[in-house]
Amino acid sequence: MTEIADIWADPGLTKVPYAVYDDAEIYARERERVFQGPTWNFLGLACEVPEPGDYKTTHLGDIPVVLVRGKDGQLKAFENRCAHRGALLCLERFGNAKAFTCVYHAWSYNHDGDLIGVAFQNGIAGEGGMGPDFRREDHGLRRVKTAVLAGLVFGSFDEDVPALEDYLGPDITARIHRVLPRPPKVLGYYTQTLRNNWKLYAENVRDPYHASILHLFFTTFRVNRLSQKGGIIVSENGGHHVSYSMLDPATDDDSDYDAAKLRADSEFGLKEPRLLEGRDEFNDGITLQILSVFPNLVLQQVRNSLVVRQIVPRGVDMADVVWTTYGFDDDDEDLMGLRLLQSNFVGPAGYISMEDGAVGNFIQRALPGTKGETSVVKMGGDGAASMASRATETSIRGFWKMYRNLMAI
Amino acid sequence: MPSDNELIGTVSGLLAEYAHCIDSDDLERWPDFFTEDARYRITTTFNHDRGLPIGIIDAKNRNMMQDRVAALRKANIYEPQRYRHIISVVRITGRSDDLVEAEASFMVVRTMIDGRQGLFVSGRYLDSIDISGERPLFTEKLVVLDSDKIDTLLAIPL
Repeated sequence: MTEIADIWADPGLTKVPYAVYDDAEIYARERERVFQGPTWNFLGLACEVPEPGDYKTTHLGDIPVVLVRGKDGQLKAFENRCAHRGALLCLERFGNAKAFTCVYHAWSYNHDGDLIGVAFQNGIAGEGGMGPDFRREDHGLRRVKTAVLAGLVFGSFDEDVPALEDYLGPDITARIHRVLPRPPKVLGYYTQTLRNNWKLYAENVRDPYHASILHLFFTTFRVNRLSQKGGIIVSENGGHHVSYSMLDPATDDDSDYDAAKLRADSEFGLKEPRLLEGRDEFNDGITLQILSVFPNLVLQQVRNSLVVRQIVPRGVDMADVVWTTYGFDDDDEDLMGLRLLQSNFVGPAGYISMEDGAVGNFIQRALPGTKGETSVVKMGGDGAASMASRATETSIRGFWKMYRNLMAI
Repeated sequence: MPSDNELIGTVSGLLAEYAHCIDSDDLERWPDFFTEDARYRITTTFNHDRGLPIGIIDAKNRNMMQDRVAALRKANIYEPQRYRHIISVVRITGRSDDLVEAEASFMVVRTMIDGRQGLFVSGRYLDSIDISGERPLFTEKLVVLDSDKIDTLLAIPL
């Protein structure tokens, strides 16, 4: 059996060993070192739990977690697991609770996760019950540290995690504020189950190279082409990125695509062209922004379709992507109409995203013959810095840079 | 005005033809089951119950349905797959002169080209149907899925 440390012998970022996608030991190590390590994990939106006692069940990695707003208005989170026998404490997706009581033996906890009640703690008629050394304060729920930025709630099991804005860096922080300039309003949910390792999706999100090639809808309808003006920002730690583009009439021809023999012609037009229209709601001309925060968040703007995606690992070869579409309270009817119309771009049936649900599985299914082999991640060089060109894999290399640091492999 | 039983027969016949069209990969004919300004939406019970407006597919007219089919045929990439619709007995939930409102439950089994097969989705059709013309046409078809998890992708309409 290969030692974990030997899986990735090459010191660089351009040869990713296929073993990272289907190794159970790697998966267990990720649970410890990535998800419970010094990282900030997206848990939900502050607007999903607006009132004291409002809670949401979510995941940090694959660990079930409850996010709750306390009586003091602060957001708190803890592991969704009773300290007594380990049963799930909350089963509803959303709710409101004065206290959290386990259905199994009625141990109850306050909004801070402190144990406040143990059924029959003193026994019945002087018999049974907990011994004199039992202290409720020793049996609280495992807490998750929380931090909020622009209405996004992040959690960490690591008390020593860097401050959220330091973790993100100034460029990523600014780009988050760009698509969340005021409190969001949820417009809908759905979940896409991927039959592949979670990292194949994390890479796909950070891969601008594939966007206009796999997603033919992009090029065919000129929603996004690599030749459009845009760029890639990679954070200092490598883990987070932004890919953005803007319509630029000067590059709006097919010559680059013709030269590469890629299909970019418009042999069929849309009967409902308004799908491709949009409003410059953030006043900067950027029509597409894909932003990732290591390890589990994707924030996406496609024209006026705004989405938060949370990646939830579900074992070594499965992951869920929880999609939350949003707008703002002051959206007028026309903007709301555009958000509804352009919701057709995204999600499991999205014109420019459905392929992402399948392509990771195409890799997962081809893993059996890959022992000792690596993929090739050399577009745009071997570094992980920001680049003006989107014909690059720099942000994928950034992901692996942060991943290898945390995993110590 | 036809009797309830006659309406059940009319709607059942429409749904049978509709399912046959999709299941036999005759998608070019799929928009023909709708009036020109009909709305076709796929959403989830979770969103529907809470009045959340954004679902999985939202076509606000027949042109958008034709665009969907064109994109599936010419732009989108997905593994070859077929559906098998199983549709329940129809409930008539409302009627006026030319419009019938009806509800039916459905299950769709998805079969991939390599033989992988399983229950893909279950849910309800909440339909409004114009029965004034030569043949009945949907003026609205709201597909409400029981689960909000979609396995891999949803390419072909339901």
